[in-house]
Parts: sequence; C-alpha cells; structure tokens
Amino acid sequence: MGEPGTKELLSLEELEASVSGRSGRKHIVSILVENKPGVLTRISGLFARRGFNIDTLVVGPTDDERFSRITLTLDGSNHPIDQVTKQLHKLVNVLKIRDLEPADTVARELAMFKLAADGPARAEILQIADIFRGRVVDVTRRSVIVELAGTADKIAAFERMVRPFGLVEMSRTGEIAISRGRGET
Amino acid sequence: MRAVDAVMECLKAEGVDVVFGYPGGANLPTYDAFYDSDIKHVLVRHEAGGGHAAEGYAKATGKVGVCFATSGPGATNIVTPLTDAMMDSVPVVFFTGQVRTDLLGTDGFQEADTFGITMPIVKHSFMIQHPTEIPRVIHEAFHIARTGRPGPVLIDMPTDLTRVEIDYEPVGDVRLPGYQPTTDGNQKQIRLAAKALANARRPIFYTGGGVISAGASAELTELVRADRFPITSTIMGLGAYPAPDPQWVGWLGMHGTRTANYAMDEADLIVAVGARFDDRVTGKLSEFAPRAKFVHIDVDPAEISKNVPAHIPIVGDAKNVLARLLTEYRAQAADPSRLDAWWERIDGWRTQHPLRYEDSTDSEIKPQYLIEALYEATKGECVVASDVGQHQMWAAQYYHFDHPRRWINSGGLGTMGFGLPAGMGAAVGNPDLTTLVVSGDASIQMNAQELATCAEYGIPVKVFILNNGYLGMVRQWQELFWDRRYSHVDPGRWPDFVKLAEAYGVAGFRFEDKTTLVEDIRRAIATPGPVMVDVRVTREENTYPMIAPGAAARDMVG
Ligand SMILES: Cc1ncc(C[n+]2csc(CCOP(=O)(O)OP(=O)(O)O)c2C)c(N)n1
Repeated sequence: MGEPGTKELLSLEELEASVSGRSGRKHIVSILVENKPGVLTRISGLFARRGFNIDTLVVGPTDDERFSRITLTLDGSNHPIDQVTKQLHKLVNVLKIRDLEPADTVARELAMFKLAADGPARAEILQIADIFRGRVVDVTRRSVIVELAGTADKIAAFERMVRPFGLVEMSRTGEIAISRGRGET
Repeated sequence: MRAVDAVMECLKAEGVDVVFGYPGGANLPTYDAFYDSDIKHVLVRHEAGGGHAAEGYAKATGKVGVCFATSGPGATNIVTPLTDAMMDSVPVVFFTGQVRTDLLGTDGFQEADTFGITMPIVKHSFMIQHPTEIPRVIHEAFHIARTGRPGPVLIDMPTDLTRVEIDYEPVGDVRLPGYQPTTDGNQKQIRLAAKALANARRPIFYTGGGVISAGASAELTELVRADRFPITSTIMGLGAYPAPDPQWVGWLGMHGTRTANYAMDEADLIVAVGARFDDRVTGKLSEFAPRAKFVHIDVDPAEISKNVPAHIPIVGDAKNVLARLLTEYRAQAADPSRLDAWWERIDGWRTQHPLRYEDSTDSEIKPQYLIEALYEATKGECVVASDVGQHQMWAAQYYHFDHPRRWINSGGLGTMGFGLPAGMGAAVGNPDLTTLVVSGDASIQMNAQELATCAEYGIPVKVFILNNGYLGMVRQWQELFWDRRYSHVDPGRWPDFVKLAEAYGVAGFRFEDKTTLVEDIRRAIATPGPVMVDVRVTREENTYPMIAPGAAARDMVG
C-alpha cells in the first residue's frame, strides 16, 4: 500500500483493509484510578486517539476514598485493545486495569424509562415492568417512570417491549462490573 | 517562605543548576524568586527555543532539563518541544504560569487550557490546586521525568497560588502508587535470551535511544564484544556503541547503511534494546526481518510487541538487563566460529556497499564532504546537534560517534528548528566539549532568534548551515516520488546568513571552496564564542541510500 509520501492514490478498500488485529468481542474494562484532576480525560484521550468508540463509561467511588473505579465498555471488534490497555497502565494515576472476561464477570446497569401511559396501555406496561422486575418510581396521569436494573441485554429487551406503547425517553447508566469469586477485580 | 522561593529550594534539591525560560505576567512571582536565586537562568528568545534548549541540555548531560514559560502564548509556544521530548523520551520538566484560579475557564487574559492542550504530549502533568502541594509536586515531576522511560512532565501553576507563604519542609521520597516502572528484567527470560544468542547463527543487535537513556553503553559494548556480534542502531542510538568499529555495521532504516538493513533482513535473531521498531526503521512492516526471532528489551512494556511481536520479551532497565545477559551469555560458552559464515556475508555487503557519494572534481562542496571535513577537522571530539532534513541524515552518516550523548537530534518528531536551541542547551550542559550545530538553510530560520541568546551568554556553539537553497528533503521526495514537480520547496530569497549572524553579535563566515574547507572549518571553530557559517553546497544532492516509503528494507535504492 502507498504511503502519504508517494503520489500513488489509495483506494478506500485498501484503507479499510489496513485496519488489523481486531479482537472481535465486546470488552468491559475496569480501571482503578487515583482521584486526581484530569484522570478521566487522560483515559478517554488514549481511546479517542486510537479511534475507539467508548460505548459506556461509569465513574464511581470505591471502598477506599483515595480511589475511584472507572468501568467502560468498548466494541473491540473494531480495534485491538491490548495496545491501549498497556498505554493505560503507563498513566501515573492508574493503579490497575482489568479487561474482564464476560464469563467471569457480573455486570449490571440501571435504566429509567419514561413511558406514555394513558388509558388501557397503563395496565399492560405495569405488567411488563413486573415481569422484568422493574419498579415504578413516578406516576402522573399521563406517564409512568420505570426503573430497571440488570444486564445490558435485559434492559434492551425491556426497551423493545415497551417502545410500542410510547417511549418518551430513556436514561441508562452504563454497566458497572465486578469479577466473580473471592479475588479483587 | 513564599511558595516561589520553595520552588527554587526544590530545584536546588533536585540538583538543577541551570534553567531555560521566558517570563510573563502569570509567572511574575516565580521570576521574582529567580532574582535572588543561585540557579542560573538562561533567558531564551522564544519559549520553543527554551524547550529545545532544555532537551539539548538533558540529552547531553543525562540530567533533567528545565524550562519555564508564562501562561497562554508562552505555554502554547512550548507545545512543540513538549511533543518532541515525548517522542524521544527526553526528561524535561516544564513549568508554566497560569491565570489566577478565579479566572480559570473565563477566557481571562492570556489564559490557555495548558493542562488540556498538553495532556496527550506529556508523560505526566500536574495542575497545582493548592500552594502547599507545590514542593511535593515538583519532586514527583522530576522523579517521573527521569525514571522508567524518561519523558516530559508539565507543572501548571496558577499565579495566585504561587503568591502565598507556605511552611516549606524539604520533601523526602515520593510515593506514587500508580507509578512503579519495572527495572529488573525477568531472570528466566534473560536466560532464554542468552540461549537464543548462543544458538543463533545470524544474530544482530539493534539498539536505540533507550540504551543511552539507561546509561547502558558500557554494558552494551561489553556484551556485543563478548562474541563477535554485529550491531546496528537507530539514528537515536548513535554513540551508545563506539563507531567506527569492526562490529558496527552502521545505523539502520530509511537512510541507514545497506549492510545494516540487509543484515536485519537475513538475521535469524534480532536483539532489540531500547528501540521501538519505528516505521522509518522497519520499512514495509510485513516484510521486515522475515527470518528473525526477536528478543525485545525495553523498560516500557507498551513498546514490546507494539509493532513486531517479540518471542522473548524482557521488560526492564537496559543497564540491569544487559549486565545480566552478559553473565548468562558467558555461561553458555558458545562457539564463536558459528558466526564465521555470517561475518563473511556481512563483510561482503560492507565491501560492496559502503556509504558513498560522488565527490566534485572542482571546488564545489558536496554536503557529504562537508560533514566528512567537520569530522576530520574535529577528530570526532564534539557534541553534534542537528536540525531536520537531508543535512541531519548526512551528519548521522558521515560524522561518527564513539561516545553516548554526543549526537543530539530530533528523531521521533523531526522538528525543524530543534538544532540551534538544542545545541545551545547541550553547550551549556557540557562546556568542556565543542558543540557543533549542523543545520539547513530552512531549519535554521525556525529558531534563529536563539543566536541572540548565544551571543548574550557567550554560548560557543559553532553552527554550520548546509546551504543548498532548498527545503532539501522535501525537494528530494518531490524529485523521486512526485515526478519532479517542485512545489514550494525553493523559497527564492534567503537571508544573508553572514549578516544575520553579525546582526545578532555572532561571528559569521561563508565557505564555498572545497579545497580549503578543512582549514576554514578549523579557523571557524577556533574563533571564540558563537559562530555561524554559511556553507554553500551542491543544490540538488540526494540522501542515499534510501528505503523508498512503503518498500521493504532489502529493496534499498541509491
Ligand atoms: C516544523 C517542521 N515543518 C516542516 C517539516 C517538513 N520538512 C522536513 S525536512 C524539510 C526541509 C528542511 O530543509 P533544510 O533545513 O534546508 O534542510 P535540507 O533538507 O535542505 O538539508 C521540511 C520542510 C518539518 N520536519 N518540521
């Protein structure tokens, strides 16, 4: 393939074919960081620079107040991930990184759905929410808000079920995760 | 004491004797502290010059360089040297002024988001949040800059936070829970590497700037000479192994020697030390060193298997690892004669393809000849700082370095304008050796203002401009790969470099005659203080040999 220095033109196919080393699976990356200014920007910058799309990103406190945990999910089918995790390790404020194996991981997210619930639809919505173990957290004459926790798949399934009834809006936290078994994540 | 006086104390505690910088509104408090400080401050003429000078100082001495700039435009002016230092792993601590904390984010006068702008181009950075943390942050910054894989660290200091009295207590050791570079190589891996070396029939050492950063030249030299191992290096690694030398096959990559590139191509074992398989080294990656197994020694785990998968990865400091690898290798008691055939092959290439150029038959000065004349006139006893372009490649090809920290160039970023300020910093750091600056007629104009700094402080750099009247390296690519369509590579008008030198208070010379060149060079170098020489060289000369972009190393041309 040509290089920017040479006048030979590149085809779009060539360009696309030159992206290699895809891992082909979704990644849940758990990063333990020091609570220092800029740490989130540094981390997201490392991904952005390499063309990754971060699907979800959650930051929260841990049992040690000096540290926070960042959980992010990525579609690894587009890029190799190990180069970026090695770079993450080099960040001075990063203590630990785990590219979590889905089978050994419990991952959950929280979602809230605001649904138009006039007349007869209302009962049906409440029934679906019940099946999914959702909770109604707000009710007005014309709407309900359902809160739902679970895997990303379960939340997507609920969304498909209720969308026909009039989904006003949805807000999701993105997944947090913890490894199974006794060891620390 | 005032926080800014604590800054001076911390610099002293870090062993800093000289800094390069430029004042402005946001770092007025710091400059007030310089007024009474014993630390020598070199007032540069542009912050980019200050940053590159700090790099040159660091590269020449192995110590951490220091650069001060004000907020806003001062800070944006150091973006290039910061990036340069990041690419070439140069330990420099940059201090930038920042607007008062109550103005942050308001587009206050001379506010720039320095912390944000520089985030991708620093090894680490700090934004001061509270005056009492200043001393600890400074020591952390120096620690991070100099340890592991060295690199630039930036400290952004809002001006109000520096105008406070603090209780200064010297800081003992720094504790950074997320920063623990691995320096001790794994013993099992080192033994594996020793075995691989003992079994290899066509081994070669491929070393980079990391060997110099690690101060591992002696260990490298001893290991390479423990057997008859051939050795090549990147352009960043010159001087780590003394050249010329029978085992040295020249540097490798785009404008390296044929011998080095062919040897990599046919090697069965490549021992990479502190080198990062840059695209300028590998040529076409899929055809790079197809027969080789790789031992990769690097202090930065992210470099290992980044471009080329390593069979025996060793994460660790080169000094530590090479010393132990030597012991392990000796224990193998390998038979040196296994390398006979390999050396026959290498010697064949060496005789057939030495570096060469066609010299002029009249008084015209070929650029390559100028470098040879510089080497002859100085017997190689100089620090050479280079700018970027064809002259850089010729300097690396025809000047030889038998010590580390004598060759100072911008390898990763390829920053025109690096040479003069870097040479200035090197000369300040190493006053016992003559510093030559090899530059081009275009590059020199990117930081020519530092001639004033050299004149003011009597910094005796000897600048040689290879004046071909072109943006030569770009012209060469247009000639070779773009059908000779010379687009904007001939600026038409150039300053009179002799007058320019004199205007700055620097001695100026112009040399045009090959027959007296060596003598003329001696005369210029013997002139006290800074000197700038305009050397008229052949206009259209190409840098050869060359791996064409995208081509495989074995297909070198020229
Ligand atoms: C800041 C910067 N701008 C542009 C370039 C691209 N570039 C690389 S070499 C070169 C020409 C350098 O000309 P000169 O300094 O005269 O050296 P020569 O190649 O003629 O020896 C240019 C423009 C660069 N490396 N750095």
